[in-house]
Amino acid sequence: MSTSELVKPLTEASQVSKTKPKRPLLSVHWQSFLLMLPTYIAIAIFVYGFISFTIWISLSNWRTLVRDMSLREPLLANYADLFAMPRWQADLRNTVVFTVFFMAMSFVLGLGLAILLDRKLFAGTVMRNIFLFPYALSFVVSGVAWRWIFNPEAGINVLFNILGINAALTALGVAPLQPGWATDPTVVLSLNHALAVIFPAVGKLQMQFGIPLAIVPVAIAAGWQLSGFVMAMYIGGMATISEEVREAARIDGATEWQVYRRVIIPMLAPVTISLTVLLLHTSLKIFDLVYTMTGTGPGFATDVPAIFVFEMMFKATRYNLASAAAIFMLIAVGCVIIPYLIGSFKESD
Amino acid sequence: MNRKLIVISVLLVASMLLAACAAPTAAPVATEAPSVATEAPAATGGGKLEVFSWWTSGGEAAALEALFNQFKVYNPTAEIINATIAGGGGSNARAVLQTRLGGGDPPDTWQVHPGYELMGQYVASGYVDPITDLYKSEGWDKVMPQGLVDQMTKDGEIYGVLAGVHRGNGLFYNKAVLDGLGITVGETMSVDQFVEIADKVKASGVDPLCVGDNGVWASAQLFENTLLGVIGPEKYKGLWDGSVSFDSAEVKQAMETYGKMLDYQNADHSALSWDQAVQKLMEGKCVFTSMGDWAYGEFVKAGKKDNVDFGWVSHPGTAGSFMIVADGFVMAKNAPDYDNNILWLKAVGSKEGQEAFNPLKGSIPARTDVDRAKFGPYHNWSMDSFAKDALVPSVVHGSAAPADFQQALNDATTTFIVDKNVDAYAAALVAAAKASGFAK
Amino acid sequence: MIAKQNTLPRKPVKISIGMVLIWIVLILALLFYLMPVYIMVVNGFKEATNVSLSTMWNLPDSVQGGGFAEAAARLWPNMKNSLLMVIPATIISSFLGALNGYLLSKWKFPGADILFLFLLFGFFIPYQAVLLPLVRFLQTIHLYGTIPGLILCHVIYGLPITTLMFRNYFAGVPNELIEAASVDGASMLGTFWKVMLPLSVPAFIVVGIFQFTNIWNDFLFGVTVVPNPAAQPVTIALNNLSGSFSVDWNVVMAGAVIAALPTALVYIFLGRYFVRGLLAGSVKG
Repeated sequence: MSTSELVKPLTEASQVSKTKPKRPLLSVHWQSFLLMLPTYIAIAIFVYGFISFTIWISLSNWRTLVRDMSLREPLLANYADLFAMPRWQADLRNTVVFTVFFMAMSFVLGLGLAILLDRKLFAGTVMRNIFLFPYALSFVVSGVAWRWIFNPEAGINVLFNILGINAALTALGVAPLQPGWATDPTVVLSLNHALAVIFPAVGKLQMQFGIPLAIVPVAIAAGWQLSGFVMAMYIGGMATISEEVREAARIDGATEWQVYRRVIIPMLAPVTISLTVLLLHTSLKIFDLVYTMTGTGPGFATDVPAIFVFEMMFKATRYNLASAAAIFMLIAVGCVIIPYLIGSFKESD
Repeated sequence: MNRKLIVISVLLVASMLLAACAAPTAAPVATEAPSVATEAPAATGGGKLEVFSWWTSGGEAAALEALFNQFKVYNPTAEIINATIAGGGGSNARAVLQTRLGGGDPPDTWQVHPGYELMGQYVASGYVDPITDLYKSEGWDKVMPQGLVDQMTKDGEIYGVLAGVHRGNGLFYNKAVLDGLGITVGETMSVDQFVEIADKVKASGVDPLCVGDNGVWASAQLFENTLLGVIGPEKYKGLWDGSVSFDSAEVKQAMETYGKMLDYQNADHSALSWDQAVQKLMEGKCVFTSMGDWAYGEFVKAGKKDNVDFGWVSHPGTAGSFMIVADGFVMAKNAPDYDNNILWLKAVGSKEGQEAFNPLKGSIPARTDVDRAKFGPYHNWSMDSFAKDALVPSVVHGSAAPADFQQALNDATTTFIVDKNVDAYAAALVAAAKASGFAK
Repeated sequence: MIAKQNTLPRKPVKISIGMVLIWIVLILALLFYLMPVYIMVVNGFKEATNVSLSTMWNLPDSVQGGGFAEAAARLWPNMKNSLLMVIPATIISSFLGALNGYLLSKWKFPGADILFLFLLFGFFIPYQAVLLPLVRFLQTIHLYGTIPGLILCHVIYGLPITTLMFRNYFAGVPNELIEAASVDGASMLGTFWKVMLPLSVPAFIVVGIFQFTNIWNDFLFGVTVVPNPAAQPVTIALNNLSGSFSVDWNVVMAGAVIAALPTALVYIFLGRYFVRGLLAGSVKG
């Protein structure tokens, strides 16, 4: 039997059951459905039911400890308030910047290490396990460590001194490398002036739409934690690429590097797509790492929507605003995940 | 076959319920048996008491233990459930508390700051019962300052008892470094004097101001202290009843001053917590820190000597004012262990309890009749100030304004620290005050 | 190039510039990946008076208890909570996932695919979107603040991913086995019990490790659903430890090591299955 036939559902089953001596009360399809029903009911309540309730809250007046579920006039006022907040605007900016840096780092490191380890090396398995190790850790644990590492008074900055890098730089007449890391409120490449030409309203915004430098260490920490996962995925993917394919490419005259670039990496496209979706969805939801490592950062440079929701919900008791933010997060994640889910299911049918 | 199917389906549903009922030994949770509110007899033993607070670190935990010991004098055999939640200066704890209250599962009593935190959140929502009778029966109405008690009073009913009072508007400094620069700090300090000294310190290559504003409240506190110093206690109190606006000229002046102070702070302020900033001060890497007197406990823990290694003064401009950051306890409505709770509140308000609690906590007693000898020079100074200065509530610590204003203040301050835009800051606070409901 | 006679290794091991470069990069990568672990372990062993930001790279003066004794004492109750929560949640969610995966891959009814899509979406949602109602629900059924309540959360929200992983695994199991069992007169569940479960031990290990790691490392549910610090899992306790005023940093670092230990050990000893879990759950064959 070919593999595709194996994957197909068992339509023969119903025929088999018809030839059995006793005819069961319910067809196998019904049995199967009923057995899965508890799961579907649970998800219906816990996912879709709860989301609906949160949507209701996001449209309501509930903003103190006293529950007030009356709908707000105008209906989407909470969302309007949300997007008018400089802090939320900063969160959106931060999410975009974080996602770009984090994914770039994860892919470069992950794919790079997978390629480097794609050969027999002394202690290759040990190294691979070390690279994957951070993925097993909790974000809280690594957040605690990275917070110290990126402290500008110590951590990496001290390491620059110890390793003589700063001495070398000073000798060359360049300023020593002592970045502020997560304490640096600078936003570089601010687009506000440029955008204000097209949209005058942007000129009045308090939030600088650029790259907040403080989010870079957070992206590095997240990349450290997840690049091993990317590497493992690629290693797994490369294992399915048979040696004949590589041989064929080599016979055609390709160098090792070209084999990778022209043959293997394109063949890993499904893995890349899966990883993009998974990393993207992780970065949209990122919470514990940022919360433990930097908090909201100077001038909200490292604030992310998940922290915003948490603080609004539990510190400020502004339940309607927090719910609006949560629903927005849901919509953002949905925009990434739903096409992916639909696409992958269209394929397998 | 079908019976088997039905049985299996039932088992499936049961297994999911089993997930809910799987009974590992969970930690003790407060029982929900409502008790009938009667007059509190002197209960002699047994029962439980759940005390909820955020006193998790060294000195605080020891101080709480001292209160427990006082409670045990009244009821030696009760089981005390010490429910503490750490982090965020109490914000984590408050979040947990609010969720529990919303779900009808209150602890017997919890740590609370007077003012809005108590009145606006718990009293207004009906989560606490008044304890006015205790004030009369224990004589607290004679020994606790009226200004303090007023912050817990509504329509003649008093809703909490305070254990200790911290001073929020302090300015601590590294005396050794200042002596080395030939600078002496007098009994009081004005803003101009601070600027003068800070410039000299900065010229010598040291950061004048130590700030550890991870979580931003330390910087918001710096702002409220500066605000108090510039506009004075009367106008400061006026902010919270709407009679003074956040975009008035004086407040904007205070914001300018605050911005100027931020110019003197250490570069890594956002990476440090307040106690790490104090540690930096002790190491001499910066000189001043504007902090409440829980910082005093840090100095003591590190073995520093009053007026030798470090000194203190009111925050620039705030001599004559005492910014209250007080801690007290309440009686939960439908408290599971009403009788024990009464005894607990008695312990909190008692002379012995406060004399044991406060030296360990680093605060001064809410009662004015305590034995002064049990307290060091700093606390005696603070107690003198407490007795005669204008008492004002702190917004950063939850007393002066509702929680959503506090959050808005924190957020606006976070932005101000970076862009120093006074007009935007003032506008944000005006809008927040209006949204919160205490200003027009 | 030397003619290749073996299939493994792909390249003959010889010392070339390429190999040297590769090794340099790998060693740098190793240092990068191990750096935070170094920080945590080294600072965990220091005594309270020695540990400060300026000396964090230094090795401890002496390897004694350091912060570990105090961290262990503080975190041990929470470790127990984590274990009490994670183990039942892992077992139950794996079992249910196996059943669902079996049904979806072998006994697909019309409409199962659409329903599975809805199911799978539940894995990706940001949990912030369900927090408030979830808390209210748990309070109503009196499971708020308890370990069983947390188990319930993890079981239910773990259903999508365990179902997916088992479904993918069972899809690779030949249908002839099912047919054979049916011909022998076994029911759907009987086949599951007698045929599929014994076959799925590797999958259980893989899914189990995946769930163990994810649930152990969870923070958001733990911090929202369980307010009582005595009942909280260890990740929350660690964050509290790190956020407490006046806490000693060597204790925090030691605590981080302790909190990471179970998943680290699982990873070290069962890493092979861990990797398989990643591959099984994420790459749709």
